Amino acid sequence: MSALRELYQQVIVDHSKQPRNFGALDAANHSKEGFNPLCGDRLTVYILEQAGSIAKIQFVGCGCAISVASASLMTEVLTGKSQAEVNEIFNDFHQLVTLGHDAVLEEKLGKLAVLAGVAEFPARVKCATLAWHTLKAALADDAHTVSTE
Amino acid sequence: MTIDFDKLRGEFPLLKETTRGKPLIYLDNSATNQKPQVVIDALNHYYCHDNANIHRGVYELSERATREFEKARVEIQTFINAAHSHEIIFVRGATEGINLVAQSYGRSQLKADDEIIISTMEHHSNIVPWQMLTEQVGAKLRVIPISDSGEIDIDDYKKLFNARTKMVAIAHASNALGTINPIKEMAAIAHEHGVPILVDGAQAFPHMPVDVQDLDCDFYVFSSHKAYGPTGIGVLYGKEKLLEKMPPYQGGGDMIESVSFTKTTYNKLPFKFEAGTPDIAGVIGFGVAVKYLKAIGMQNIAAHEQDLLVYGTQKLSAIPGLKIIGTAKQKVGVISFVLEGVHPHDIGTILDDEGVAIRAGHHCAMPVMERYHIPATVRASFGLYNTNADIDALVKGIMAVKKVFA
Repeated sequence: MSALRELYQQVIVDHSKQPRNFGALDAANHSKEGFNPLCGDRLTVYILEQAGSIAKIQFVGCGCAISVASASLMTEVLTGKSQAEVNEIFNDFHQLVTLGHDAVLEEKLGKLAVLAGVAEFPARVKCATLAWHTLKAALADDAHTVSTE
Repeated sequence: MTIDFDKLRGEFPLLKETTRGKPLIYLDNSATNQKPQVVIDALNHYYCHDNANIHRGVYELSERATREFEKARVEIQTFINAAHSHEIIFVRGATEGINLVAQSYGRSQLKADDEIIISTMEHHSNIVPWQMLTEQVGAKLRVIPISDSGEIDIDDYKKLFNARTKMVAIAHASNALGTINPIKEMAAIAHEHGVPILVDGAQAFPHMPVDVQDLDCDFYVFSSHKAYGPTGIGVLYGKEKLLEKMPPYQGGGDMIESVSFTKTTYNKLPFKFEAGTPDIAGVIGFGVAVKYLKAIGMQNIAAHEQDLLVYGTQKLSAIPGLKIIGTAKQKVGVISFVLEGVHPHDIGTILDDEGVAIRAGHHCAMPVMERYHIPATVRASFGLYNTNADIDALVKGIMAVKKVFA
């Protein structure tokens, strides 16, 4: 499979066209806006945290296929996870999209592994990680808008 | 005279490169363009044969470097029909030229509540320096709106003038939309109100004949690297009487007449504004680029790029779901567009895989994106070496994009 076809494989295109858990979450007790000033991608992540884990997570925003698909997959994978699990997945995911294919990480990350191909496109790493940085800041209740720059 | 543009293309070595295993199709000329062999040779020749510091050595080599450097100034002066060669100030690029005027002219002439007129279609480089000035002196920015087609209505512009208007700063051509503004008319209106006008010529200078005396603009800035010359060098043209009364922008060597710890007197124009050793090779290379453009003829280049614009507009508008942003009647060879359901960044990545280099993003013109309620566009911009075949490759690439997102 060419690098490009891997980047835009069916799962990613599908999530970008029909993002899961899309929409504002009124019950959220954490939310945060993330912004990539280089391309104008902007999204808001909403989290309902209950007893130290993520009970519900949704997002709204507009962006490229990679950033929307990554946000959509993130909401699916992190639902029900504890803070400690979120941190571990965040670190593994970050490593995968910056360094590329790694059998151990891909096994651990499950469906998120479809984004491993992003590492072949350094200019697009920020697209794949925008939602993730925003999520982290939301959980930390950081007062500033998250910027990739 | 008929120009063989296909033959000229062969004079640009970089265009023979491949990218991602495919021949390079370079359509990002508004960002920077490729250099002809003569410009590359001039840089090489300078460092092999003429390198010495200028305006100070008593030895022959320094005189030679100075002569070549000053020859470039005259080359550029005659190219834009400036009245004097000392009205050509070498700076790092159009951006530094605007900053120089904002800080030197602006800070010495503008006071609290004075107003500066700019337009919605400005590049950030013609917004931020003025914004910084407004913060320093307490002045205000007034912004000319643009229509859906990306044009300025002259009546909207006229309405912004009042007794507090002290400066107009406007792009000759928009980098994001391609619109060519009616500078001559806008300069005349500014002058009726006794207001000077600065023209950001970065996107116009490489694509059409520019006559600063005919336009009657007070300042005109442009960059070498967008005009087939080296990076890191550009020009501020200013009318002598304005430059004379402006204080220096930076202090240092070359810009002084005499220095003591109690008093420094400044050098005459243009040196007053050229502190420190400049990019000598860059200036010489830019002079060669201008000579190259002059030999082809700016009218011929403009006509060739208009043909590309017409062909590209026709081919791209025929693609279902594609919308061109910026449809002014007078445009340079820039086509900005969006494609339904696909983000410009994804288009950029897929086109890159086809060997087609375009720009995807806000083009350093975020207010333009806001005006059209879009986060970004894809922009194809043409240079003298582009051909209809390049546009066909772009169209083929967009078809590949549509297939991925079908």
